[in-house]
Amino acid sequence: MATRIMKKRYPHWKTALLLLTPFTLVYVLFLIYPTARVLYLSFTDSDIAGIGTFIGGDNYVKLITDKLFWGSLGNTVYFILLTVVPNTAAGLLIALLLDKMKRFRSFAQVLFFLPYILPVSVVTQIWLWVLNTNYGIYNFLLGNHINWFKSVATAMPAVALVTIWWTVGFNILLFIAGLKAIPKEMYEAAALDGVDKGFRVFRHITWPLLWPVTSLVLLLQLIAQWQIFNQVYLLTNGGPFNKTIVVLQYMYVQAFQNGHGGYASTISMALFVIILITSLIQLRFLSLRGNS
Amino acid sequence: MKKKPTLVVQSGTTFGTFVGVLIGLAWIFPFYWAMNTALSVDTDTIKMPPNWFPTPMVLDSFKYVLDNTPIVLWYINSVVTSLVVVVIVLLITMTGAYALSQINFPFKKTLFITFLAGFMIPAATNVVPLFMFMNQLNMVNTYWGLILPQLVSPIAIIIYKQFFDQMPGELTDAARIDGAGEIRILFRIFLPLNWGITWALAIVLFIWTWNNFFWPFIVMSSTPKMTIPIGITQVTSWYGIAYGRIMASAVLAALPMAIVYVIFQRKVSEGVAMTAGIKG
Repeated sequence: MATRIMKKRYPHWKTALLLLTPFTLVYVLFLIYPTARVLYLSFTDSDIAGIGTFIGGDNYVKLITDKLFWGSLGNTVYFILLTVVPNTAAGLLIALLLDKMKRFRSFAQVLFFLPYILPVSVVTQIWLWVLNTNYGIYNFLLGNHINWFKSVATAMPAVALVTIWWTVGFNILLFIAGLKAIPKEMYEAAALDGVDKGFRVFRHITWPLLWPVTSLVLLLQLIAQWQIFNQVYLLTNGGPFNKTIVVLQYMYVQAFQNGHGGYASTISMALFVIILITSLIQLRFLSLRGNS
Repeated sequence: MKKKPTLVVQSGTTFGTFVGVLIGLAWIFPFYWAMNTALSVDTDTIKMPPNWFPTPMVLDSFKYVLDNTPIVLWYINSVVTSLVVVVIVLLITMTGAYALSQINFPFKKTLFITFLAGFMIPAATNVVPLFMFMNQLNMVNTYWGLILPQLVSPIAIIIYKQFFDQMPGELTDAARIDGAGEIRILFRIFLPLNWGITWALAIVLFIWTWNNFFWPFIVMSSTPKMTIPIGITQVTSWYGIAYGRIMASAVLAALPMAIVYVIFQRKVSEGVAMTAGIKG
């Protein structure tokens, strides 16, 4: 009976079921289930094998008073300040520059984009070498012996610099697509109204029309940078004196070095909530700015 | 009125060209320097002032890395896992998106919204339970342990659905009247008409998987089973301070992606823009 109704209203529902099952299975097993289990584990004293007992909110109490956690959060925020806006600005400036080129435009774009398709470890190996204290080419050019990744003042800015070098090509790509989408008529109309000087054109035409792309770039980066781990791990390993340890790295240390699967899950939950809240606030803020 | 969708193609200046090329070359300089070091003899790598061009130019460091590290194994691991991930992801997202786009069934909207929501879950915060799960399945340090968690790609199913939604409805109707089954319609009509985005997606997924660091780093702890990006982080400690060898392994690890990018430059840009939420 039920099947007959289904068959009448949805003649191909069995095929749909067949076609959707593989993706849904993967989705549930490797995304939904782990997400639910992180939440559960965060209330346990589980080890890294997942064996442990329910301990209520103890991990959360511990988290609130954990200086290293707050330190890692502070370092992550510092990293975000050093990368998100500067990287977006760099992407926009370079995209505008590429737009001003008469020839070799795609050649130059390849130069800026190439680092983005390299594995992170290749990027960090290269930068560990060019910023090497004694033999690094940049220290040679500066006539200096700065220990970029091991002194407190330069470690995080250096990690940020490497990150911008690695990923700016992505931002440039999106900005170029955004610039191409601005109709030429807008500039012609503005010129008729007397707006034809470089910066005024940018301020009154390019910038407002590009804002949807700019906001997208900012948002994508903010969400990505909250999850910073790889570059920091490979360049500074959190040092010197835990001054560059970031949240995801602290989670990694608790889980895979100290074997505290439960507490690591609590840190994961904190990061998860932060990312969720950021994307909601950011989305709202950006869409408000975009409308005005 | 003529429509000019692209921005002032002729607006560039020679000065702009000059500045652009100059900054571009400065930008890629660290990569040039890595090549320079990799092609130099060991004693030249720490010479001050340095050689700006490798003189003499030798392949010793590359030879050493190829002969003394499991880099060939790492290449094989990377190729196998990346290809398997790309093929499976494309298959399951293509079929799923076709059902979501072209077939009516109950709770269709709810299901799609659930998939959209998954897009907001950061993969990195799930590694602890994923590791436990793989451990329970005895899949730590195996290809499947590496591959399975990387198969979740909500973005791919969303993109396929967007493109399938734009296909004219008469196409499906006509094929159904002719008696074609749904799977036949998907593979004989929809897939050939969407080769472009399939290629772009395939290349971007391949680059992502190849470059993925965090999960492979956690699940593969046995050196011969590592992928290229994880493997080369091991060699530093083996070489000590032999910068030529470190740079040779970095360049060797960079080569496959650099080649993929140079060959498929347009598709890469298209795919990256598409997955970022901009129609390329």
